[in-house]
Amino acid sequence: MNKSAPTRTAAFEARLKKRYAAERRFRLAGLGAILFSVAVLLFLLVTMTMNGIGGFQRATLQVPVDFTSVGITMPQDLGDKPARMRALERQGLPDLVRFSAEQALGEEAAGELGSSAWRAVAEAVADDPKLLAGKAEFALPASGNLASAFSGDGQVRLQPLAHRLAAEGKLKDSFDPGFLTRSDATDPQEVGIWGALKGSILTMLVTLALAFPIGVFAALYLEEYAPRNRWTDLIEVSINNLAAVPSIIFGLLGLAVFLALFPHMRSAALIGGMTLALMTMPVIVISGRNAIKAVPPSIRDGAMALGASPIQVVFHHVLPLALPGILTGTIIGMARALGETAPLLMIGMRAFVATPPGGFTDPATVLPVQIFLWSDEIDRGFVERTSAAIIVLLAFLLVMNGLAIYLRNRFEKKW
Amino acid sequence: MSPALLLLLALGFGLAGWLVARARAWSFRRAAPHHRLASLPVYHAWYVALWVGVPLALFAVAWNALAPQLVLQSVLSDPAAAGLPPFGMQRETILAEARNVATGTAPAVFNAGARALVEPFREAILRYNVIGTGVALLIGFLAGTWAFLRLKPDFSAQTRVERAVMSVLLIASLVAILTTLGIFVSLVFETMRFFGMVNPVDFLFGTHWGPDPMSAAAHPDPTRYGALPLFWGTIYIGAIIAMIVAIPLGLMSAVYLTQYADRRWRKWLKPALEILAGVPTVVYGYFAALTIAPLVRQFGQAIGIANASSESALAAGLVMGVMIIPFVSSMADDSLAAVPQAMRDGSLAMGATTNETIRRVLLPAALPGIVAGVMLAISRAIGETMIVVMAAGAAANLSANPFEAMTTVTFQIVAMLTGEGSFDHPATLSAFALGFVLFLVTLALNFIALRVVKRFREAYE
Repeated sequence: MNKSAPTRTAAFEARLKKRYAAERRFRLAGLGAILFSVAVLLFLLVTMTMNGIGGFQRATLQVPVDFTSVGITMPQDLGDKPARMRALERQGLPDLVRFSAEQALGEEAAGELGSSAWRAVAEAVADDPKLLAGKAEFALPASGNLASAFSGDGQVRLQPLAHRLAAEGKLKDSFDPGFLTRSDATDPQEVGIWGALKGSILTMLVTLALAFPIGVFAALYLEEYAPRNRWTDLIEVSINNLAAVPSIIFGLLGLAVFLALFPHMRSAALIGGMTLALMTMPVIVISGRNAIKAVPPSIRDGAMALGASPIQVVFHHVLPLALPGILTGTIIGMARALGETAPLLMIGMRAFVATPPGGFTDPATVLPVQIFLWSDEIDRGFVERTSAAIIVLLAFLLVMNGLAIYLRNRFEKKW
Repeated sequence: MSPALLLLLALGFGLAGWLVARARAWSFRRAAPHHRLASLPVYHAWYVALWVGVPLALFAVAWNALAPQLVLQSVLSDPAAAGLPPFGMQRETILAEARNVATGTAPAVFNAGARALVEPFREAILRYNVIGTGVALLIGFLAGTWAFLRLKPDFSAQTRVERAVMSVLLIASLVAILTTLGIFVSLVFETMRFFGMVNPVDFLFGTHWGPDPMSAAAHPDPTRYGALPLFWGTIYIGAIIAMIVAIPLGLMSAVYLTQYADRRWRKWLKPALEILAGVPTVVYGYFAALTIAPLVRQFGQAIGIANASSESALAAGLVMGVMIIPFVSSMADDSLAAVPQAMRDGSLAMGATTNETIRRVLLPAALPGIVAGVMLAISRAIGETMIVVMAAGAAANLSANPFEAMTTVTFQIVAMLTGEGSFDHPATLSAFALGFVLFLVTLALNFIALRVVKRFREAYE
């Protein structure tokens, strides 16, 4: 049957060729579109990582300190660490550190030691008083100016010094675990993200405590009990609209309502959490309704037939089965709230907060806002710190989304 | 008595009521083993616990708001308060200081006038603490006793508890309406105040934007409140540049994922798009400002635009477009999936290639859904804040040059509300007027889009 059919004329073959070529082009365009998105994502992640690795390090000066030359002792009876550090300060530890630095690095370099360098020594000694019996070498933070000279920009005056110290191996970048435990500061050498992270955690706790029960209850009511009438329609319309309202509008609401009710709680985690809860609640309601809808009616009928009341049907049977789906939606909503910046700027969470918040009503800032504030800083040292903070934020989001995907795959039931 | 302690008391009393009531219900059962209780003991327990806990919790909230006022009243009626300055900041400062010393949050008085007031404050606080605790105990006891006395073997506690649960569910779903109402009322209220100072016509159609938060609040210069450049900047960045990026890329991604990609690829590509959607906007903003904006600027200079700014509409718009791609893609995905399989099969059976089927059959059929998706995407883009705050600049330009800095509605809301201006100044209030416009526009876009989707879906069902 090799003879071609009468329709397969030469013109037809040519057209067919063209059509197949168009088909291939179209397919490639589709692939190109999606690969473009993936490429942008990779580019973004790689840029942030390359920049951010430096943010987990800081320039330190190697300073050997000889404690035997001066009579610094550790009082035995002092219990907590701050008290022990104060005792060391009273005995002249800052002067000793300064003197050792002058001996080891020279006058000029000792002047470029970070202002709180002695604290690093004091902390180490407070942890291990045996150090006082001998000599020890410490990696102490350099000043912000020296650090930027070391990384190749900043003041020209300091660059020869930075080169000399680096060549002698006395100035180098070392991993800075304190980045995760300190709070905001004006010097990029001294900043950390713990304050912002703690603020984020407190804010998220408030958001979760409000949005989860309200969202789940509203979803249960709308899906299981609500009569079909105008009120129910109104509730549904409001929820769908709230899910699409720009987040900054929620910030305006928080400013006009919550801050008017609690004027002394400006920039508190409580207000931030309440604002984000209003934003997250519609997301939980919508995903919750879908999860509840997916529970087959036979479960309800079975429970009803055995004499369960409508409340028992829902709380003993439907809710447990829908819970994995609801939790997935909740985690996704919380991840979105964790990355949200604009509404929190509105309610004043952009203040400079140098100590981690002690409670829900203390002034606090959150991780995304901290990133925004650092990105505004002129000092070059903040560029790396900002990227490092972004890496931490993305890591948290990745964990949350991973958890959501795991929950979805592990507990999703096909009926 | 602190609110936390009062709430703890409510919880403790509730728990006690729960345990006692359950024991009582069990005793009914033991007394008449052959008679069924009308409700299970656990419902009796919840009935009493709710009767104890809810009034106590309500009292705790009310008392928390009321007690400081009562304390203040009683201190002010004290003869020592006669020497206070009549009004103003100083009076507040002295009172606050005396209160702090009395509660122990501040170590000692700084202001001499406050010293005499410490003792009255301490007394008043102690007195009202005793009163508050007493009333709380009384409420808990009375409510608990009343509920407890109603427990009988044939008492239908279950119905009552379930009615309470049902009202909790109803209240939870009303929160959404309250939030919408709250947004609407607060925006309208502040916008009206703004329009009392600046003519709405000047605001909506003026072409110069440059509010001065430091100027006299009483006589604002209406020519400085022309929001047209902001509206233009918002539309140019969010609805034009971002959409030029997002619509073709998002649409083609959706087409490839739904029609071409085999399952293995789909499994990896779809989550990648989801990650792109999950990146916080502040990260996109930083990316735009740090990486894309310099590139755009260099490109602008390379093609001969001398005044290419380091903050440009193009940089913000491009990154915003990338941010919207997953959104457009998932909306298009849904609409393509909603086209009946029979239409696709019919087209393929007539000999059309996949490409022709998609372009001539699937896309036209899915068009209403895709258009709705694009409208939702635009509403998302114009409400986006952080990218434009970090990358688009503050200058209100009415220009079509994408390399120029341009400002948007959201940028100005942030700028006006995070400055030092007072809350009564028209510059601050203009942020609410801008927010109101933004709210109405996004609301309209969403409303139309949802309508279109609904009608479209009905056409195939």
